[in-house]
Amino acid sequence: MARARSHLRGEQLACIRGDRSLFSGLGFELHGGEWLHVRGANGAGKTSLLRQLAGLSRPASGRIFWNDSDIARDGDGYRSALLYLGHPSGVKDDLSVIENLRIAAAIDGAPLGETAALSALARIGLNGRADLPVRVLSQGQRRRALLARLIVRPADVWILDEPFNALDTRAVALVCELVAEHLARGGMAVLTSHQSIPLHGALELELA
Amino acid sequence: MTTSFMAVLRRDLLLAMRRKNEVLTALFFFVIVASLFPLAIGPEPRLLRKIGPGVLWVAALLSTLLGLHRLFADDYADGTLEQMALSPAGFAGIVTAKMLGHWLLAGLPLVLLAPLLGVQYDLDGGALLLLTLTLLLGTPLLSMIGAIGAALTLGLRGGGALLALLVLPLYIPALVFGAGAVEAHVAGLTYSGHMALLGAMLVVAAFFTPLAVTAAIRIALE
Repeated sequence: MARARSHLRGEQLACIRGDRSLFSGLGFELHGGEWLHVRGANGAGKTSLLRQLAGLSRPASGRIFWNDSDIARDGDGYRSALLYLGHPSGVKDDLSVIENLRIAAAIDGAPLGETAALSALARIGLNGRADLPVRVLSQGQRRRALLARLIVRPADVWILDEPFNALDTRAVALVCELVAEHLARGGMAVLTSHQSIPLHGALELELA
Repeated sequence: MTTSFMAVLRRDLLLAMRRKNEVLTALFFFVIVASLFPLAIGPEPRLLRKIGPGVLWVAALLSTLLGLHRLFADDYADGTLEQMALSPAGFAGIVTAKMLGHWLLAGLPLVLLAPLLGVQYDLDGGALLLLTLTLLLGTPLLSMIGAIGAALTLGLRGGGALLALLVLPLYIPALVFGAGAVEAHVAGLTYSGHMALLGAMLVVAAFFTPLAVTAAIRIALE
């Protein structure tokens, strides 16, 4: 199986903000079925590391490899295997929940039928709210509207920055369940969270 | 690639429909500015004919500037821009779709309104047609150059004013040849050179701006 062999590797990663070095010499290797728990205090550079791993910013030094090819050089293959959900809301206030989901899928080049979108929203707990504009939703519901993409977008690597923010306990359990399913399919995930995550197979990365 | 291009275009038009006032503000601004000059100057057909093309072009530049800073800023603020930057379908196509969306909302209406407003300046049929034609070539150019400025000032505080200072000087060539073509026609001279240069600028911009805008946004996202 080609997918089982895929891996994500970081070598000697460093991040510098202003004249402060947040981290340096960071390395890890992640295979299918494994997930990386990035820990650290506020301001330790967790989000910076995740943005580097997503290819949004370049590491001050070091390189990131997806299946042995450098993502700074050959980003296209990596981007189609990647799903990154970051800190900002990532949804449009003026569009409805289902419009947000379907448009995001189409922008990624994989249009989504209405039935598939509705069933994804039902699973994430936004049943009956599909046609509401995101503006009127609560923080937790907005977060769910974004996390619905986990269900509909096929990707090998999930990079989730604080996925449990603003979520209630049932939603946290649901996201854990989704990540577990993803890992069972041979995917891999990188998460930051201050909470402990009840999932097996974790590699830990502590940012000092 | 075409799927994501169409998705972004449809998305931007849909968002504009949900917030019509922003599009309409720029349009009314164009109409009002272009109507103030004949009122201020008075009924002097020869003078009006002379300044008409220039005034309409300047009004079009300023009107294009009005909503320009929001071309990428909203998507930047709510994180959808970084999602687009990570799209497997390619970011350059997405950026091109956004520029096309901007033109359809902020440029094309000006092209359609210009012949109506031109009547106030006592321009004859030929001059009105030519004015419309120069704006048809020129307004996409304004959207594209403006997009470069909007991408470069992304995430800066007070970026709106800086954007105007950055972009307006770059609009000068389009203004000179666009308004110049109509003035040449009104003066009975040949205008094909002006049109050819305007077209050439459009082609060069269409080729290079997606690259420049993509690079500028990626820097802003870091």
